[in-house]
Amino acid sequence: MNNIILLPVLIPFIAGAVLILFKNHTAAQRIASAAVVLLMLASSIFLIVSVYQNGVLTVELGNWSAPFGIVLVADLFATLMVLLSSIVGVACLFFSFQTLSKEREKFFFYPFYFFLLTGVNGAFLTGDLFNLFVFFEVMLISSYVLIVFGGTKYQLRESYKYVVINIFASGLFLIAIAFIYGLTGTLNMAHIAVQIEQLEQQGVINAAAILLLIVFGMKGALFPLYFWLPKSYYGPPAAIAALFGGLLTKVGIYAIIRTFTLIFVHDIGFTHNIILALAGLTMFFGVLGAVSQFDFKRILSYHIISQVGYMVMGLGLFTPLALAGAIYYIAHHIIVKSALFLFAGATQKITGTTDLKKMSGLLSTHPALAWLFFISAISLAGIPPLSGFFSKFPLILSGIEQGRYVIVAVSLLVGLLTLFSMMKIFIYVFWGGASMEKEDYKHVKLMPLLLPIVPLVALTIGLGLFAEPIFVFSETVADEILEPSIYIDAVLGE
Amino acid sequence: MEILMIFTSGIIIAVATYLFMTRSILRVVFGVVMLSHGVHLLILTLAGLETGAPPLLTEEAAAYTDPLPQAVILTAIVISFGVSAFLLVLSYRTYKEHDTDDLEELRGNPNE
Repeated sequence: MNNIILLPVLIPFIAGAVLILFKNHTAAQRIASAAVVLLMLASSIFLIVSVYQNGVLTVELGNWSAPFGIVLVADLFATLMVLLSSIVGVACLFFSFQTLSKEREKFFFYPFYFFLLTGVNGAFLTGDLFNLFVFFEVMLISSYVLIVFGGTKYQLRESYKYVVINIFASGLFLIAIAFIYGLTGTLNMAHIAVQIEQLEQQGVINAAAILLLIVFGMKGALFPLYFWLPKSYYGPPAAIAALFGGLLTKVGIYAIIRTFTLIFVHDIGFTHNIILALAGLTMFFGVLGAVSQFDFKRILSYHIISQVGYMVMGLGLFTPLALAGAIYYIAHHIIVKSALFLFAGATQKITGTTDLKKMSGLLSTHPALAWLFFISAISLAGIPPLSGFFSKFPLILSGIEQGRYVIVAVSLLVGLLTLFSMMKIFIYVFWGGASMEKEDYKHVKLMPLLLPIVPLVALTIGLGLFAEPIFVFSETVADEILEPSIYIDAVLGE
Repeated sequence: MEILMIFTSGIIIAVATYLFMTRSILRVVFGVVMLSHGVHLLILTLAGLETGAPPLLTEEAAAYTDPLPQAVILTAIVISFGVSAFLLVLSYRTYKEHDTDDLEELRGNPNE
């Protein structure tokens, strides 16, 4: 029964390995990958339902008992992330059918797409620090291939930097692992949490904690370490950028939340205040970047940075309400951000550019696209009754309760600037007189482009309209991750 | 012995850092390779350089060496090989497309 945890990791892995063999059969690859990604979605729904009913599930690989072997742990937080990654995986795959060129499809797009999902799902589910590193690498190596996919001059130049930065971060991750292993003598995260309580040298643990924060902050694009993100996410095709924008940074954020609620909770005054300060700086500088840009994809990339700040703010405040808000925010952001990147891809397909100044008047020719974009845009900015509002509200409320007025002020200001820059996109792209005649757009069929986006927009509306039950669910998740003993007992079996 | 090893890995990581900050594409790749070596040595050292029998359950020995760091390093070596190979190919393609191996010229347009 517990083996169902393996399904979200194994299904894409096997699919990716098999699809390598069918390099030249594009149609077969499409059908197979569509079937596989739907199967993955079904298995992750099944997993989250069974975790919700039975509590935390664990599986010990090769029957090596917990502190010695590798364990996969499925608690509510991890399975929620797996479910979100499957949803984004489905949407981006169906979008890539419409937008990816034939030549690119032949160069192992689908295998690496599935290897990326393997790494992402594995990183969510693993309960072992070194295994987390391995799944990070699986994910990153696939992302290296996908980000340089197509090999234009711009992509080669920016992905070189992306690859080097990530390899450097992986080196730091290994150093942090070496420190933690030297301190505690174990790599199992639950066991580390038990061991670290008994250690007396708090300073060394803080050093390891900050080292891990730097590593995960580099993957998750936190304040001083986000500079690589906007340029590298601009290069690849929209379907890949949407997958990256929705998922990759969130893996880093997931790892930060996991380690800083489970392992490094002994010196909250030090670590979580640093996290809170980083959160404020991240959102502020991210949104400043977004305001200064005049390109659809670049604005969205800068917004990823500013919104990562909100999630980390929830962790920095470290109350049940704030963490519930952060979890709600992650769910909202993964869905909305992927949808927005897909909109960027759709308008690029229609007009042939992502430069805001070269587009105008799509509202008159493509009203459906325009209004769906409008809904997602104001949802990102946090206008009620959409999901952005209900995920920011608990964060801000919790900040006021804690008396952290500076971060509250920053987050409100960032919300305003987000609205401003999203409206900038809307006005430039959709408002005004049409830049081209209606006949010029005839060659692009709109319906297939909209088909993968509509479910995502429906989800963000749903997340807003059913805020009450969803918020109760994220409070359950927050209570679970704030009570590390549940996780530890499940893993170590005591 | 631990002191010597710590210094060795520290020097290797320092060299790697220096290479990372140079302007040539190929030197940065060498920096990546050096960094992974230094880090692997650090894992081995921080886990403790105990002497003892191989960790086989059947033999009667007073002390066993810890097998876990070696398993960890083995995995990390495989990953770093793969990544270095990929990075070399990527660097070569970048060099071919841009006709330069100077990272200063690969900075890109500041307005982008």
